[in-house]
Amino acid sequence: METKAISRRQLLKGTGALVVSFSFWGPVTQALGQAAFGQAARPSGASATAATTMPSGAGDLDATKLDSWLAIAPDGGVTIFTSKVELGTGVETALAQMVAEELDVPFERVYMDVGDTDRTVDQAVTAGSRTLERAGPQLRQASAAARQQLLKLASDRLGVPAADLTVNDGIVSIAGNPAKKISYGDLIGGKQFELKITATGTGWDMKIAPEAPAKNYKDYKIVGSSVARVDLPAKFTGEFTYTQDVRVPGMLHGRVVRPPTVNSKPASVDEASIKDIPGVVKIVQEGNFVGVVAETEWAAIRASRALKVNWSAPTTTIPASTAEVDAYLKNTKSFRDQVAVNKGNPDLAISQAAKTYEATYHWPFQLHGMIAPSCAVADVRGDKVTIWAGSQGPFPTRARVAALLGVPATNVRVLYREGSGCYGRLSTDDVPEDAAIMSRAVGKPVRVQWMREDEHAWEPKGPQQLISVRAGVDAQGKLVAWDYIDRSFPWTTSGTPLLASQQLGIKATGPGGPNGTGGGGDIYTFDHQKVVAALIPWVQADPTPLRTSNLRAPGELARTYATESFIDEIASDLGADPVQFRLRYLNNAVRPTEALRAAAKQAQWKERPSPAPAASGSLASGRGVAVANRANTITAAVAEVEVNKTTGKVTVTRVTLAHDCGLIVNPDGLKNQIEGNIIQGVSRTLLEQVQFDASGIKTLDWASHPIITYQDIPQIDIVLINRPEMGPLGGGEPSISPVPGAIANAIFDAVGVRLREIPFTPKRVLSGLQAGTLSSQNTVK
Amino acid sequence: MAQISLTVNGKPRTVNTDPTTPLLYVLRDDLELNGPRFGCGLAQCGACTVIMEGKAARSCSIAVSAAQNRKITTLEGLGTVQHPHYLQTAFIEEQAAQCGYCMNGMIMTAKVLLDQNPNPSEPQIRRALNANLCRCGSHLRVIRAVQRAARGKVSA
Repeated sequence: METKAISRRQLLKGTGALVVSFSFWGPVTQALGQAAFGQAARPSGASATAATTMPSGAGDLDATKLDSWLAIAPDGGVTIFTSKVELGTGVETALAQMVAEELDVPFERVYMDVGDTDRTVDQAVTAGSRTLERAGPQLRQASAAARQQLLKLASDRLGVPAADLTVNDGIVSIAGNPAKKISYGDLIGGKQFELKITATGTGWDMKIAPEAPAKNYKDYKIVGSSVARVDLPAKFTGEFTYTQDVRVPGMLHGRVVRPPTVNSKPASVDEASIKDIPGVVKIVQEGNFVGVVAETEWAAIRASRALKVNWSAPTTTIPASTAEVDAYLKNTKSFRDQVAVNKGNPDLAISQAAKTYEATYHWPFQLHGMIAPSCAVADVRGDKVTIWAGSQGPFPTRARVAALLGVPATNVRVLYREGSGCYGRLSTDDVPEDAAIMSRAVGKPVRVQWMREDEHAWEPKGPQQLISVRAGVDAQGKLVAWDYIDRSFPWTTSGTPLLASQQLGIKATGPGGPNGTGGGGDIYTFDHQKVVAALIPWVQADPTPLRTSNLRAPGELARTYATESFIDEIASDLGADPVQFRLRYLNNAVRPTEALRAAAKQAQWKERPSPAPAASGSLASGRGVAVANRANTITAAVAEVEVNKTTGKVTVTRVTLAHDCGLIVNPDGLKNQIEGNIIQGVSRTLLEQVQFDASGIKTLDWASHPIITYQDIPQIDIVLINRPEMGPLGGGEPSISPVPGAIANAIFDAVGVRLREIPFTPKRVLSGLQAGTLSSQNTVK
Repeated sequence: MAQISLTVNGKPRTVNTDPTTPLLYVLRDDLELNGPRFGCGLAQCGACTVIMEGKAARSCSIAVSAAQNRKITTLEGLGTVQHPHYLQTAFIEEQAAQCGYCMNGMIMTAKVLLDQNPNPSEPQIRRALNANLCRCGSHLRVIRAVQRAARGKVSA
């Protein structure tokens, strides 16, 4: 049964053959999830692992116990317990590769038990392209500690020093005498290690068992190979259990009724308005929260749409347009100036420069745009709570739900089930709170799924940004001064109660989390250089649809766009080739220089200044380049575009991207991520903007907010730069960063029009063409 | 409420439901088929695609009453992890997904395309799939998977 837990002891008995027969989503997920949901494909006997006792210390696992991290079954199958979750990026496959490598077991024998707050150590949210970089070493070191202990046990059993032992496929043998052997399963299978390891720090910064000797990268066999993703086959057959597929016995369906704009009070709720809809169980009204629970999903949808709620006028207003937000960003004092770089005296240097430049770039509010709207199931039974959710951070969700319901956090068990790709959106997962409120109200498990318009309207948006840059060039044509300021909003949803909690009157507790600082030209070295990311206050008294959160390469996407556009503007004015001009200021930094050279070479870049000589005919083509550093992963992109001078439509025909994220764990998995970043980057650059006015969000579906489709997908050419001597760095988002700048520069190269506002709509291109190339010189002075 | 008879993946099924219910919710909630997925409810994204009488259909926007006595195939009707359809094998071999949530629509739409045109060109594949949205950006892999399936170059 879904509501029953598995004890660690039972789990140890139960792994093994099941792991083999169903590979990755092995016994525990089966017993806790899919088996209970009546899925067709599951290993027979999976339910035999179910038990009724909670593991001791549930919800507060001790990171200094090796048994908190992994377990070995009698048949040698390895289960890893991790709160790092699979978001569709392939990290669970890559992490399992690192574990298999370190333990010397076949990849197929590693099973990842993911995101159960009762059975994992809190490793913080899965976000920021930090999973392989930070959690990778955590799991690698735990595995190394386990291997060391297994060798110790084998040394006792085989009667030789551990140094004389070797391990192959989970079998320990005496080097040179393979007949003398013992398996991991025989050494410890089904038993606990009962070994203390060192654990310092928390979350991303937690260091696990640094004392355990890890393998030399030169001996890697599994790390570095394109192991097939373990989750994909079931995703192609309908056998995978997404959050949206969770079904528990007695489950009802809930839908939320939210005000059209800023949160306000439901002055009246007309129960009679839905009396003719069969199957409605309850209208749930608590504080300003209104929801409907019904026996069927369709009844819940019909009722939530038909329910007449008279919302009071909101006490908070939102700006009426993107331009109004720009004015607010420009004219409002920041509450924190985050200084990323501060060197020399840019003001003075610019005042003394032979040539000066200045430009402002605009980035609008954008959507994460999950293809699956938010969904969760909550089962609130007295003070015991179970939540099935797609949250990037199962522990933050646990804390929020506990605070909302007023129960101890350890009374709440969050079980991760993957949603659709979320690109940061589910790091502040709203819907578990909706489900918890409604489940508490009806005393039964309730599944809540947001409708498309709920998601488009109320997902926390990627913040609007307004970026101003000034630069000075000396008499020798050297760019000597760089003064960069990004004005944007914090992530108002970070570390605070979310939507439903706020509707119940739990107030936001702070200004929100910062929108990052990188991408403002910090990849380059100038004599005088200042980069500031200023945070403008954005917390309103009530939640609004312009609430904000981290959106893929947060803040840095816009900042890199501005940096890479501006440096291109200067290169063009100085008649310099864009690649050569950048190389000069990368100052021989090895990784950015190599990435830029690799991308240029692969794209067959021809040295010349931009723009290209004017083309006759209605189609003009151009190329543009950009480099980026996101979370220490280096990327360089060359975009090739075709601009239709008659219609203004921009088509990106090809993107070449060089990518350096240190040690590559899974080359094909990484390429998959890079392709996705490029495609989403093209979409966000050419098409995407949240439209709104004072009455709320206007882009409430995919028709009013189009994203890129097959006919506009560019060819993609990827160069992977492997640096196995470094640890692994992230690949989930860095490669989106250079895309908008490369496209902007390619458009300029094609038609001499400099676009300083995202998205690059045909209207903006046409208006640039009508203004002529002068448009670029009006503000670059 | 009404008794509705459906033919799903070759089997007769009867459900007792509000006849205005979109087919999607009947397939998912009554028949516990997870292949068709809710993405928008507006026939805009394609995540809910099923094959009805040989044509790709958006089950989120078809009342179950309109599907009565018609042949419906869902993703589950193609194959399983143990015994995948050759198109599913091609998707696996091309590793043609990230989150995979939209892939039901891609595979079902591609199935209809290949049934009608066993050897589509790349532009034809792009055109056929153009109304299916993918947010992760797996498009190029999907195109390659459909080409691989069309070539019959699947190892299964």
